[in-house]
Amino acid sequence: MEKLAFTYDGGAPAEGARGARIVGVVASGNLEVLIEPLASSRACTIEIDTAAHGFGATWQAVMDDFFARHPVGGVRISINDAGATPAIVALRLDQAIEDYLRAVPA
Amino acid sequence: MNARTVPARDWNARARGRLRRVERAAARLGPALDGKVVDPSAIVALLEETIEPGDRVCLEGNNQKQADFLARALTGVDPARVNALHMVQSVLALPEHLDVFERGIASRLDFSFSGPQAARLAKLAGGGKIAIGAIHTYLELFGRYFVDLTPNVALVVAQCADHAGNLYTGPNTEDTPVIVEATAFASGLVIAQVNEIVEAIPRVDIPADWVDFVVQSPQPHYIEPLFTRDPAKISEIQVLMAMMAIKGIYARYGIDRLNHGIGFDTAAIELLLPTFGEALGLRGKICRHWALNPHPTLIPAIEAGFVESVHSFGSELGMEDYIRARPDVFFTGPDGSMRSNRAFCQTAGHYACDLFIGSTLQVDLAGNSSTATLGRIAGFGGAPNMGADARGRRHATPAWLAAGREAHRDGATPRGRKLVVQMVETFREHMEPAFVERLDAWELAESANMALPPIMIYGDDVTHVLTEEGIANLLLCRDAAEREQAIRGVAGFTPVGLARDRRAVDALRARGVIRRAEDLGIDKRDATRDLLAARSIKDLVRASGGLYDPPKRFRNW
Repeated sequence: MEKLAFTYDGGAPAEGARGARIVGVVASGNLEVLIEPLASSRACTIEIDTAAHGFGATWQAVMDDFFARHPVGGVRISINDAGATPAIVALRLDQAIEDYLRAVPA
Repeated sequence: MNARTVPARDWNARARGRLRRVERAAARLGPALDGKVVDPSAIVALLEETIEPGDRVCLEGNNQKQADFLARALTGVDPARVNALHMVQSVLALPEHLDVFERGIASRLDFSFSGPQAARLAKLAGGGKIAIGAIHTYLELFGRYFVDLTPNVALVVAQCADHAGNLYTGPNTEDTPVIVEATAFASGLVIAQVNEIVEAIPRVDIPADWVDFVVQSPQPHYIEPLFTRDPAKISEIQVLMAMMAIKGIYARYGIDRLNHGIGFDTAAIELLLPTFGEALGLRGKICRHWALNPHPTLIPAIEAGFVESVHSFGSELGMEDYIRARPDVFFTGPDGSMRSNRAFCQTAGHYACDLFIGSTLQVDLAGNSSTATLGRIAGFGGAPNMGADARGRRHATPAWLAAGREAHRDGATPRGRKLVVQMVETFREHMEPAFVERLDAWELAESANMALPPIMIYGDDVTHVLTEEGIANLLLCRDAAEREQAIRGVAGFTPVGLARDRRAVDALRARGVIRRAEDLGIDKRDATRDLLAARSIKDLVRASGGLYDPPKRFRNW
């Protein structure tokens, strides 16, 4: 396993988010994404546990792209990739963050 | 008029050669030969008497069924008597297909596909044990059976025979008719292995007077369930890509006659027709006529009324009863069972279909597509015939004309165009990128001394590249530079994709050359497995009303 971490600043804070959201189930051979509020910071932090080594630049591009689509702040995103391809990770991230933001009370 | 003396020529050498072999066999086999029926214990002796050194031998190795008993027997002949054979066969599937080269029985090979034996074939060819004439498409090889690769002896396989030698080849007829016709009508010898010899066969697929010898194999012939895909293994990305295929290509061009390659990508499309396709109002408008093996994943679409006809290259294990109960859809004989025919179905796929869609392993910047990887000589099978514009085609359909209008612009002579779609996730397993600057095929060609890199589908035949990132319509690209950016523009996070010129890609998207899911009105959040009309093999059995009987290895309930 390789552990990668990315931090993005300047995103719009996901106001008042409560609780964590989890999307995907590792046991299904699919990856798992966990999104939780980051109380102490306005940054967006992303951590990946990845099965494949040496793809830091690829994941950097995937995450840059994700943050460009969804500039959010005050969240911590954890990804357990379970060998998933970037396509699956990007799709899951989109699904997870949209779920998370919708769950925020108005 | 000048009278000239011409040396007398023998016009019957082939027929006499045939007679000579038959008589030799009768003499050696004695009571082990009863009419045309050979005792299985005498099979090696039969081959030693009927095959002569240097003969061209067609061993029936199909995509699915295998003349495995005869293949094993051929490895047992005495190489001092039978040698230097030139093997011609569609598929190298069994170890025995290569054992004959290792044992010095055969030396030359012309073939089409070698999937399971690809690595060993590369080794033997590299070591000089096999001289490969050429790697063909199926139709191309069949064509050569009637021109310059006509077999002296054909070793074929059938379901059953009667005592006269009539053969029933049944649902998996596959290549048998083309092999037997090329051999029998050139005074060659036809030897058939059958699972059983019966009083009356269900129907005559091959008439007895084209068959010289029949032998009952101790075990039923091997057959591979090659076209069964478990819906449980279809990913959400494949669902997303299938949504884009249906909405962005099938609906857009009105694809009514088509062929699907093997794989989970196209299985996902089949399973989305009754759900996503139905919701778009596409039933009766697309996907009515197919050149396709009886894919179990097509059952829900058939049951939903999408599909009107299916002609098949081969059959699929477990689909027999379902096919028998749907004779309006499948090509079945008076006995009720299907008859497949690879040569005719390849012709149908090439000339009578408007679209081919299939997966691949590598795509380069020109759109060339290849499944060749280093150290493996895998061959082509039928993909190049399906995945090529049929330049001899003359009949028009709306889909063919619509693609033709995109392909032939600016005052060019109007003509139609077949749609050839390469559908591929940007990364395969283990983060292998599907998009590359240079195909492995080039290196393979150098290391194996091939005349050309083994490209499965040439870039100028590919009309669309479909990935999870979008659809690149190569017909609309005006030059090679645009084509390269269109491909980079759907190549995702692969190095090829990351090296895109973002402004050029944006411009292509504005022109509709590249279309993303959102450009097609597809919400990625909808791409869930819930859209699949069947999510497991058990669901397929249920959809078939219990008629589909999957092989044991697919039963996980």
